[in-house]
Amino acid sequence: MDLNDTPEQAGYRTKVRAWLQEHAAEAAETHGDDEAAVVSGRRVWQDKLAQAGLAGVTWPVEYGGQGLGPIEQVIVNQELARAGLPGILDVIGVGMLGPTIIAHGSDEQKTRYLGPMLHADEVWCQLFSEPAAGSDLAAVQARATRQEDGSWRLSGQKVWTTNAHFAAHGLLLARTDADVPKHKGLTMFIVPMDADGVTIRGLRQISGEAEFNEVFFDDVALDPDAVCGPLGGGWGTAMTTLMFERLTIGLGSEFLGYRPDRFARAIALDDHARRDPEVRRRLGELSTELLAVKFTGYRTLSALAQGQIPGPESGLAKVTTVRAAIRAGDLIADVLGPDALEDEADWAYMISFLPGLKSAGGTEEILRNTIGERVLGLPPEPRLDKGIPFSELRAKERAPASS
Amino acid sequence: MNLELTDEQTFLREAARDAFSRTKTIAAARDALEDRAALPDLWPTAREAGWTGLLVGEKHGGAGLGVFDAALVMMEAGRVLAGVPLLGHLPASALADLAGAGEIVGELAEGERRGCFIPARPPGDVAAGWTVEPRSGSARVAAPTVDDAGCLFGSAAWVPDAPGADGFVVAATRADGTPAAVATAGSGEGIGVEDVMRYDATRSLGHVTFDGAGGAVLDGIGADELARAWYLQQVLLAAESLGAVDTALAVSVQYAKERFTFGRAIGSYQAVKHSLVEVLRLRENAYSLLVYAGWAYEDGRDEFALAASAARVAAGHALDDASRTMISVHGGIGATWEHDAPLFFRRAQLSRRLLGGIGDATDRVAGELLNAA
Repeated sequence: MDLNDTPEQAGYRTKVRAWLQEHAAEAAETHGDDEAAVVSGRRVWQDKLAQAGLAGVTWPVEYGGQGLGPIEQVIVNQELARAGLPGILDVIGVGMLGPTIIAHGSDEQKTRYLGPMLHADEVWCQLFSEPAAGSDLAAVQARATRQEDGSWRLSGQKVWTTNAHFAAHGLLLARTDADVPKHKGLTMFIVPMDADGVTIRGLRQISGEAEFNEVFFDDVALDPDAVCGPLGGGWGTAMTTLMFERLTIGLGSEFLGYRPDRFARAIALDDHARRDPEVRRRLGELSTELLAVKFTGYRTLSALAQGQIPGPESGLAKVTTVRAAIRAGDLIADVLGPDALEDEADWAYMISFLPGLKSAGGTEEILRNTIGERVLGLPPEPRLDKGIPFSELRAKERAPASS
Repeated sequence: MNLELTDEQTFLREAARDAFSRTKTIAAARDALEDRAALPDLWPTAREAGWTGLLVGEKHGGAGLGVFDAALVMMEAGRVLAGVPLLGHLPASALADLAGAGEIVGELAEGERRGCFIPARPPGDVAAGWTVEPRSGSARVAAPTVDDAGCLFGSAAWVPDAPGADGFVVAATRADGTPAAVATAGSGEGIGVEDVMRYDATRSLGHVTFDGAGGAVLDGIGADELARAWYLQQVLLAAESLGAVDTALAVSVQYAKERFTFGRAIGSYQAVKHSLVEVLRLRENAYSLLVYAGWAYEDGRDEFALAASAARVAAGHALDDASRTMISVHGGIGATWEHDAPLFFRRAQLSRRLLGGIGDATDRVAGELLNAA
């Protein structure tokens, strides 16, 4: 058991650190009043990182990546955090959607899309969740209907779509066959976000900011080659994306900034609070959880480096992070008083962001179900949707409510 | 980075599991509540297995292993509620090893002599001096003192593994307040050890009193080393608690699969399932922090106090929750004398209150972070 860098890893770290030091001045601003300017600045910075080999670290060399392991990716993340520099803009594309295309896409799709994605010439968004399909993702209703010429027509609505308003493409899960059970009738598509019939609307959250979007598709025409992965095999393709999502979150958790040292600094400034036993107890409890998550992350990483794929239990780290960060926000606001809730304050933003984060990537409840069943081997909840064609499901769902 | 167990660590763990399996330790934990003679003496097991010298360097006849290795053995002990007196012995032997204390350390490593560490809480934000447990109440008591002639005065309550120890390594303070490690015999002139049992019969505890007992001040042991020994003991207790969590969780999960109500296994109900996943969550947190503490002891010394305290807090909470969940998942039978769940509950209740308690450890997590801020 060894937590320290091997000599090779230490060498890689030195190289990364040196490059970041040399180019720190070129880094983009991550915040600003002019969002378009911030986005274009961050695209330029992602391009620089990609040219230096610091984006797509784990991508195969043939697609412009470095062909390195997850540990090297984490070393890059750690060094960026250490230098206080932003990472790539398109974490969703490079971290999750690119690897999905690498795994399931056609050669033409890989050639066409991966390079521009890596260099942020084209930003991507993930079009999975819908108003009535979140934790139960296989319930998506967006419909893609094949036309006689082999092209497709897409209608429906997606939601919680990060970056949609400046994305060039989206990876979209749609129902292509409603007459089979719900997991079987799905197909993944690559959708151009500037197509006719695509409407993007910002979705304001508690903070007042709109980091997500609702995206509406009204009879959008898609080429025959828009299908990514097997027809009717969209669920498997989506699982690949979600596996990479867990990985990206697991490897990048420190980026969220929910670190105990940061919370302690805010409290240490208040001379009375830092001596208050109740404040100290609360800080000690939540910090213990956040420190644990940090080392759980290393355990996940170590398993990855040994060639194992992290299971759903790594989702527990997300549950812990959100819980502890919520308690941190409460504590800091209790210490600072209403000032902490000033809309422009960092703490107000964090406090506003966390209730939604609790459900991001699947609600805490569904996560606990999955872990109870897959990790502890507990029997599943009885399900009413198994083996039933999707088209018959909705009628069945309504029946118990009215009876 | 590789956080998988090495082959040697896997072997150490399997060997410990095997060694403890030869005694019906859980049944003994129950019987001993009524008759303490029912408790098996596991010191010979520890000697045979070579655990007595785990933290003693090879130069002094030990195995020269790390804190995480010792934690693996403590986890196995905790898994079956085995009362093996390593919690007191291991820090004592590690201090003797550090001091290069010739004969004693060899005998401690071999297990010919069973040592016991009488710890003192390092000064912190709450109390400025070195303190020990009081017999009752929440006030802190000054650590025993040692005079220029090496004689010890004072007392320490609730010291794990004190009864029957062959020798003590005492965290004491000199007249000027600086700490020293003093080696004494386990009994004799000026030494009183009152054997006390509370709630968990597997846990040997003693109130120790010194009234001019003669001792030898160990060379080269100062505040840093004594603080490290305090935190080392926190890690060992955390590991032992984590082992008990593993059993409590496994037994509860098994029952949740087998017990049916309203035509379904109870583990299929979200209320039951989620409470078991909560135990798993707390367990994973505590294990991760043991990894942190194991690393920090060797390679991140500045962080050892933080890591060890956090591990203690997390493991304490995990065992609290695991033992209560074990009872509730089993329903009424989980609260009966015949069931094992109350034994894990007793272990949880006492453990969280020893060695400063998890309250002190929680405050130290906060203190370390605030002072570094």
